[in-house]
Amino acid sequence: MKKRVYLDYSATTPMKKEVLDEMLPFFNVQFGNPSSIHCFGRENKAAIDKSRTTIAKTLNAGVDEIFFTGGGSESDNWAIKGVASALKNKGKHIITTEIEHHAVLHTCQFLEKEGYDVTYLKVDKYGLIDIEELKAAIRPDTILITIMYANNEIGTLQPIKEIGKIAKENKIIFHTDAVQAYGNIEMDVNELGVDLMSLSAHKVYGPKGIGLLYIRKGTKIQPIIHGGAQERRRRAGTENVPAIVGFGKAAELAYENIEEHSSRLIYLRDKLINGLTEKIPFVHLNGHPTKRLPGNVNISIEFIEGESLLLMLDMVGVACSSGSACTSGSLDPSHVLMAIGLTHETAHGSLRLTIGDYTTEEDIDYVIENLPPIVERLRQMSPLYEKVKGGN
Amino acid sequence: MYSEKVMDHFTNPRNVGEIENADAVGQVGNVKCGDIMKMYLKIENDTIVDVKFKTFGCGSAIATSSMATEMIKGKTVKEALNLSNRAVAEALDGLPPVKMHCSVLAEQAVKSAIYNYAQKNDLYFEELEGFNPDEDHDHHDHGHEDEEH
Repeated sequence: MKKRVYLDYSATTPMKKEVLDEMLPFFNVQFGNPSSIHCFGRENKAAIDKSRTTIAKTLNAGVDEIFFTGGGSESDNWAIKGVASALKNKGKHIITTEIEHHAVLHTCQFLEKEGYDVTYLKVDKYGLIDIEELKAAIRPDTILITIMYANNEIGTLQPIKEIGKIAKENKIIFHTDAVQAYGNIEMDVNELGVDLMSLSAHKVYGPKGIGLLYIRKGTKIQPIIHGGAQERRRRAGTENVPAIVGFGKAAELAYENIEEHSSRLIYLRDKLINGLTEKIPFVHLNGHPTKRLPGNVNISIEFIEGESLLLMLDMVGVACSSGSACTSGSLDPSHVLMAIGLTHETAHGSLRLTIGDYTTEEDIDYVIENLPPIVERLRQMSPLYEKVKGGN
Repeated sequence: MYSEKVMDHFTNPRNVGEIENADAVGQVGNVKCGDIMKMYLKIENDTIVDVKFKTFGCGSAIATSSMATEMIKGKTVKEALNLSNRAVAEALDGLPPVKMHCSVLAEQAVKSAIYNYAQKNDLYFEELEGFNPDEDHDHHDHGHEDEEH
């Protein structure tokens, strides 16, 4: 079979076999509705509680602070709209950043149309916010700070603990989208000082379509999905039991050997970064060299365009992604790459390679060997490259 | 997503390169949108005897450039001016709707090169009436990104 190298773990991860095995009985054997009082229901209620307990432990959260949702995007929507709705009489100002996931950005934009005021904090060239700017942005009517833990494109890790401290001092609710960070770094909701946190299972070798919102006890938030008593009346809808069970197992496995997992990823990540920046001229790393996700590599390759690069890499079996406009179907390149100050052409030539548990050192060597000739080939075709070669 | 023909022209693009002392050179597109096409023509007796291109852009930008060069090679200047973006797209067995702007860019690249030829040689072509080679060709569809969460 043709060699295939999957380097798009930030898009999604394959489910671990142990996770699948744990889930399977819940599709047909143990299928009861957890809300039913009979034994079919009760045993599934217990399965959900077990999963909730496992996940709560990984976050050092209370079991009653974990609320399952349909995924990370729903969690982000809930956190923001839910707080906005609950505190609308207190204030209508929200602080976020320019580099959030669209689930946060578009929700904020939606609220702006509803009369809320949103401050989008700028980031530096590494993708980090300035703590002083955050402090300056706080107003008496600020009701929510929502800042992502780890950026999905460039992997930059924000100073969540510091932000949490500032939020607490100012008595403002603090939400973080930790979808990319979970399972890759250790996190403790109390140490971090977050009130709300969005997580998703399919980024940590669990199933798709299941996420959660951590809600610190006492946080004022309204439900956005009404209709039933599930999740202690805060998120209606029959629970996706197999997925919740899978999420629990995935969380357990992720934190069983988190240190080993992340140091292995960091080793492979740095090998890939060094290999590519050494072998290809006019390449630079996007994001922070050390304050970044263990498995994230994001580089800009000058004079070529990302979609062409992805197509050619796909032909040699390498699957990754790009911040190019052409890969998204929209006019502009990635808002994250533009926010860190890249020019349009550099942003169009970006490549994101994300490493995970099944990535081998051979895979990394394969990319380091196969990418340079592809880049050279595309550069030979590029009218932007001739200027560099010609020296004018 | 792309037809076999598009992939063929993307992976084995025809007529890539430059022509030294070209009779006409045209460049269209901008880095903002992520596509730039540069076309070189060698013209003898009103016929395009050679054509080369260089493109910075996505797969379909490279494929449409390649196809457009094939379609005008050996043709008269007038025939080349009548090359439409639809013809380029059809010759490639179609393009995804969001990529149709690439075929427009290919048509404009040919026109831009011939415009340069006309200026240099003081020629008039009615097909170039109203054509502005420096116009910002923004033919993108403003679609929505695929989310990933």
